[in-house]
Amino acid sequence: MRPLSRSRRLDLAFLCALAGTAGAGHAASVDPQAIAMQGLPPTVPACQACHGPAGEGNLPAGFPRLAGLGRGYLAEQLASFASGKRQSPVMQPIAAGLSTLQQAAMATYYAALAGMAAKAVDADPLPAQAGAWLAARGRWPDDIPACAQCHGASGMGVGESFPPLAGQPAAYLAMQLQAWKHGTRPPGPQSLMATIAMKLTDADIAAVTDYYAALPADGAPPADKGAKP
Amino acid sequence: MTSRLSQARATLGLLAAVTGFATGAIAAETATAPAAAAPKTFVPPPENAMPDGEFGKIVKQGEQIFLHTRQYAGAFVGNRLDCASCHLDAGRRANSAPMWGAFVAYPAFRTKDGTVNTFAARIQGCFSYSMNGKPPPLGDPVLVALESYAYWLAKGAPVGTKMAGAGYPKLPAPALPADYARGQHVYDARCALCHGADGHGQTSDGRPAFPALWGPDSFNWGAGMHQVGNAAGFIQANMPLSQAWTLSDQDAWDVALFIDSQERPQDPRFAGTVEATRKQFHDTPDSMYGRVVNGHLLGSEKK
Repeated sequence: MRPLSRSRRLDLAFLCALAGTAGAGHAASVDPQAIAMQGLPPTVPACQACHGPAGEGNLPAGFPRLAGLGRGYLAEQLASFASGKRQSPVMQPIAAGLSTLQQAAMATYYAALAGMAAKAVDADPLPAQAGAWLAARGRWPDDIPACAQCHGASGMGVGESFPPLAGQPAAYLAMQLQAWKHGTRPPGPQSLMATIAMKLTDADIAAVTDYYAALPADGAPPADKGAKP
Repeated sequence: MTSRLSQARATLGLLAAVTGFATGAIAAETATAPAAAAPKTFVPPPENAMPDGEFGKIVKQGEQIFLHTRQYAGAFVGNRLDCASCHLDAGRRANSAPMWGAFVAYPAFRTKDGTVNTFAARIQGCFSYSMNGKPPPLGDPVLVALESYAYWLAKGAPVGTKMAGAGYPKLPAPALPADYARGQHVYDARCALCHGADGHGQTSDGRPAFPALWGPDSFNWGAGMHQVGNAAGFIQANMPLSQAWTLSDQDAWDVALFIDSQERPQDPRFAGTVEATRKQFHDTPDSMYGRVVNGHLLGSEKK
């Protein structure tokens, strides 16, 4: 199953990152760029090792993009990784290795990096295109709103609290939905995502995360994705 | 949930009295399964059953206008709302003024303009008030497409009956008179995350994402949603998205009063002064138009 192999890969990348930064010196004051590029050895590897030098993430490896996400959102995630409320064997020690001040500085740093070359396009999927349909129209008889209603057309994100979904790795997005379902990630603002994730089947999750992962950075709908009736 | 739950409890209490069942045990059971108490509502045809051919094309067009009104009917829209902002699930959702409930309710006499309105005229009204725009002329392709879409959604619905789930639910009167300060508290806790502390909504890449609840980009003083009772019913049955029926009757009334006590675009029927306009069109406890809130005369902002 996807989440297992994904966490293995994450562990591996973490070890590589640790090894790569073991020799670097301690940063004296909060320099978010230095932490991003070199880390804070020995506990904190360079963020860029997994999240890319521009915070762009790593699609094939399943590491999410951080650039351009909401500052408040990022800070909250670092805090909940550190406390263990958002469970992640990889991110927990890293976040816990950062002081509150350093966490805030990293959130500000990544929020300020240029996100995607955003271009929101309203999708008009067919009902048979399960992922695209859930994203654009939801499943209201089950009180599931369209993802786009909060995350924006083309999943470009809205404001501070609704992060972009477009172009994020499918495995990462799926892990988050499963984490909400199983209570291993805090329910988020007003428990919105926990409430919704509980109602999603594994098939829903696979379809909708594949859909968002395939959305290119320019926001144009992917060509010929999904089933044709 | 409160209203439906209390309704369910009342019904069950009666049942228990009649049959001699232990009320406590049954009430406890219903508390975990409140959805069972909801009345069955009409189910419009599934989206994949949209007709083919020339008519189907226009139905589809209507659906797209309904979802992306500014994009496809921009000439008639004067704010940042879409039809689907208040008619959720593309006009399919019960208790969210679904199109299948509206289509079969016209022609009807409306006190709003003192005439019998056809369904087309009713849609024109939406554009004038809720969309703060201009009514598409009768026969305009925008109007024809929206009518066709609503007609299709109402397939099999009984004409001329008040259907369960049509319009917005009428909530029981609140225990305490609706209150602005309590409403603001509810707003900050449950609404501001999406609609913004200033009620002006939020955009995504320049497109409206969360609709404006007041201010220049929202519905005007003539829209049905400016009436506190309508807003309270809509809010309790639909808001926050995915958490319908979680606000108590009191909270819904309070927050509706708070939202409808904010400034918004002028009523297009403006009769020269706010006072005269209130007297002619808003002389009900349901409208805050022309009343003074926090030292401001609502409806007096020049726009």
